[in-house]
Amino acid sequence: MSALTRHLSVAGIVFKRIFTPPLAGLINILVIGIALSLPTGMYVLLQNAQGLVAQLSSTPQISLFLSMSTTPENVRKIRTQLNQHPGIKKVVFISRTEALAPLGQSTGLEDVIAGLESNPLPDAFVITANAGNAKSLETLRDELRQIHGVELSQLDSAWAYKLEAIVNFARIAVLVLASLLSFGLITITFNTIRLQTLTQRDEIQVAKLIGATDAFIRRPFLYFGALQGLLGGITATLIIILGLQLLKHPLATLSQLYASNFSLQPLSLSDSLSLLLFSLYLGWLGAWLSVARHLSQIKPR
Amino acid sequence: MISFNQVCKRYPGGFDVLKQVTFELAKGEMAFLTGHSGAGKSTLLKLIAAIERPNSGSVLVNNQNVSALKGAALPYLRRNLGIIFQDHKLLFDRNVFDNVLLPLQICEFDHKESGKRVRAALDKVGLLGREKANPVALSGGEQQRLCIARAIVNRPTILLADEPTGNLDAEYAAEIMSIFKSFHQVGVTLLISTHDAGVLRNSPERMIELKLGEIQADFKPGTIEKEKE
Repeated sequence: MSALTRHLSVAGIVFKRIFTPPLAGLINILVIGIALSLPTGMYVLLQNAQGLVAQLSSTPQISLFLSMSTTPENVRKIRTQLNQHPGIKKVVFISRTEALAPLGQSTGLEDVIAGLESNPLPDAFVITANAGNAKSLETLRDELRQIHGVELSQLDSAWAYKLEAIVNFARIAVLVLASLLSFGLITITFNTIRLQTLTQRDEIQVAKLIGATDAFIRRPFLYFGALQGLLGGITATLIIILGLQLLKHPLATLSQLYASNFSLQPLSLSDSLSLLLFSLYLGWLGAWLSVARHLSQIKPR
Repeated sequence: MISFNQVCKRYPGGFDVLKQVTFELAKGEMAFLTGHSGAGKSTLLKLIAAIERPNSGSVLVNNQNVSALKGAALPYLRRNLGIIFQDHKLLFDRNVFDNVLLPLQICEFDHKESGKRVRAALDKVGLLGREKANPVALSGGEQQRLCIARAIVNRPTILLADEPTGNLDAEYAAEIMSIFKSFHQVGVTLLISTHDAGVLRNSPERMIELKLGEIQADFKPGTIEKEKE
């Protein structure tokens, strides 16, 4: 028998064994699937949140509002100063008059604005800083505030950085949860295989007596663990796909309210493959630990 | 082929099962191991298959010191032995055919060839018609023959049988003995433990008698003179 057909036939036998009795096998797989889908689902949501944060904080913009009394000459001076600053990539000047017109258009308050005695808006610079972290942007913002004639300096993406910090925190929480549940998965497999070695004690004993190597005896159990893990992983993937499908519509409505075109990204192909491989590996590991522990207890050695 | 040299075996608890056992079994020889129950027959057979290890002395099989073998080498030793267990050790979760197939699966034998071998072994013990039956459905004699078929299917050079006629009536016992003799004729080395006087009475084979763990007598074929106790 070639190695491949041999392994395939073992896999076939083991597949049947997982589902005898059918209910117990299904419950095991479901438990593994749910345990895996929790951290993975949270991971997917976090991944989405992070995409959103990146989208929002990718442009490190600072708005500088000048005091109403600033003279055009002063404005020129500030502009040269800003242009020479090493931390600044781009400087755009928006004069008070320039700012007023689009305000009227976008808000539909043209009539109100037309009725104003004087323009209430200040001159402003919109500055794109060189890419940096939240800290360096804050330093830059504080520095620019010191410039004579600047009334207010505002970091537009400040809240996005806060959100990012929260996401990073949640990421660690997910990691902890994932580790705990992985340990749970190993335990489930460990116990299932323990019961298997008990029910197949006779077979193991006879096989040992007539010259089976440990590898031969171990093989079906390892396959069992790996296959059960894999089926659990597939279940988890299905649960996540279904869950995201359920979230899709409410989220679309929500993002419409915020005038954003944000849409939920599904579990990527590479992530699903990693999930399946990981679950397969955990199942295999649990089985390996269990077989190593319980096989040596069956005589003869 | 099999050689015991000053072998002692003591089970935990301090009871000496075998004391200074020394004998040799040549290639192709057939011998009976006799003695009352508790004389150490089963233990002696277990030492050959390294199911138990001696406390002192050495057991050689094919010039290999079995008592010094590492765990990983044991399967390959056991594949050279056909063992017929006292309690049969048949698997009741599979049919007759699959029971006999097991040793070939373990040796990772060619799939097509396996089927032929299994049928040949079943034919030899007269169970060819019962391939699909579950061992539970077999009579005691048939179970014993199934156990023999499993022991011979990968054509071992040494056959060990522990009380193969233990619970069988005379007719069945004679049948099984004739099967063993046919193996002997094709050059298999056989060591059969028995306390069945009927089997031994009209047998010309060598007889090793154990008493309380010691070799009491060793009658070789052709030796007419019997050593007295």
